[in-house]
Amino acid sequence: MNIAGKIREFIQENLVVWEDDISFSDTDNIFQLGFVNSLFAMKLLNFVEIEFDIKIENNEIELVNFSSVANMERLVKSKLMQAHE
Amino acid sequence: MNNIVTPASIIEEARLFAKEHIRPYTTRFEENNGIPRSLINKMGEHGFLGAVFPPLYGGLGLDPIAYGQMTEEIGKACCSTRSVLTVHTSLVGQTILRFGTEEQRSYWLPLIASGKKIGAFALSEAETGSDAGSVKTSYINHEDEYAITGRKKWISLGHIADFFIVIASCKEKVTAFIVERDETVTSTPMQGLLANRAGHVAEITFNNTRIPAANILGKEGIGLSHIINTAMDYGRYSIAWAGLAIAQEALESMATYARQRTQFGQKIYKFQSIQQMISQAVVNVHAARCLCLKAGQMRSENHPDAVVETIVAKYHTSKTAMQIATDAVQLHGGNGCYNMYVPERLFREAKILEIIEGSSQVLQGIISEFGLKKYYTKAHE
Ligand SMILES: Cc1cc2nc3c(=O)[nH]c(=O)nc-3n(C[C@H](O)[C@H](O)[C@H](O)COP(=O)(O)OP(=O)(O)OC[C@H]3O[C@@H](n4cnc5c(N)ncnc54)[C@H](O)[C@@H]3O)c2cc1C
Repeated sequence: MNIAGKIREFIQENLVVWEDDISFSDTDNIFQLGFVNSLFAMKLLNFVEIEFDIKIENNEIELVNFSSVANMERLVKSKLMQAHE
Repeated sequence: MNNIVTPASIIEEARLFAKEHIRPYTTRFEENNGIPRSLINKMGEHGFLGAVFPPLYGGLGLDPIAYGQMTEEIGKACCSTRSVLTVHTSLVGQTILRFGTEEQRSYWLPLIASGKKIGAFALSEAETGSDAGSVKTSYINHEDEYAITGRKKWISLGHIADFFIVIASCKEKVTAFIVERDETVTSTPMQGLLANRAGHVAEITFNNTRIPAANILGKEGIGLSHIINTAMDYGRYSIAWAGLAIAQEALESMATYARQRTQFGQKIYKFQSIQQMISQAVVNVHAARCLCLKAGQMRSENHPDAVVETIVAKYHTSKTAMQIATDAVQLHGGNGCYNMYVPERLFREAKILEIIEGSSQVLQGIISEFGLKKYYTKAHE
């Protein structure tokens, strides 16, 4: 599965909405949609670091980096590129 | 201490340490308003205080399960002493390990591991408990330093702490700071507590306390979303084992007393109602242990659901501790209400665990959300 797919799957598993047909696009702000609980930001950071074997620096823990699938994918890709440089 | 430290050897060492340095004095610690600093120093010398830190920072590199088992050994003997592991090592130390800069880690973690500096976690206030984001303690920014003003309450180890992780707010932002005690920081011990009486629980006032920007933990604005949540996750794991410790200790006291006490010409274990209490305690202790081990295993694997599994374990063991401690008092009769026997203290201490690190009611919300998601079967149809 590609990066965006893995992130999307993780988010889906952690949504706290109970309707069956909830959908969100790669650019939707998942925090603004109110789909997640108060533990989510922490869990998401742990997930991204472990799943992609990267270290997110404190200054990169910006909501904007984690707010949507697309933004997270961008962050992960740039970290993976840095790691290979 | 042996040169080669294995998880099993450190757990055994903790057991022997508790037997020699803690158990005989537990009641005295409560009566004298606190565990002595020298005891904390000794725990540092044995490596207990940095047990989960990597050796690079003066730790023993214990895995979560072994750390839990070590916590259990200390917790069985004395909850206030165990609170040093929960607060100083887990809430403070592990959170610095997770979010500290390299400078913060290499400075603070060896000091925590050795016990040379004692750390406390200052979140709660008179008006702020479960709703952690609503802290009134505030900070302002003056160029490259910050100033904190406010009053914290219920801070374990607060009266003897050399430094604090302080949670403060500025407008909408909640931020964590590492704050060293100076003349602007005053503490007042809290008297009259139900339990944790030897844990130096205090009210702490910060009066325009200046902190360099380098002492922000994590980053400005992530105090609630990341720092508190992470610290509480470590704290809850510790409390899960603390609950198991009380439950196990209470069970041992029941089994022992039931075989020694005679009434109506027979040992009381022969009464069916006593057997019922003991059997329930055995089953619940075994179940609680499985949950702690499972949470520990998932934490070692960095499993994404380890946070929830830890909550499940903490919820269960704290309730189990309360139930078994209650039964232990009952089984001991009058002696259960007397501080020459352990159930009296376990009964008081167990209640605290249902309140701290996320009360049972708050955790129920998270557990039910998890269950509604995980055990929804429509997708399988
Ligand atoms: C011995 C001891 C040591 C402590 N040590 C520390 C420490 O080191 N550092 C620190 O910062 N704090 C510490 N605390 C404080 C502790 O963290 C708080 O007591 C705890 O967070 C609960 O907050 P509260 O007491 O304000 O209760 P409240 O939050 O006011 O709760 C009151 C009641 O309402 C319920 N409730 C609250 N919110 C909800 C909800 N959303 N859903 C359902 N029910 C809810 C609670 O379960 C409880 O029954 C300590 C407390 C004790 C007793």
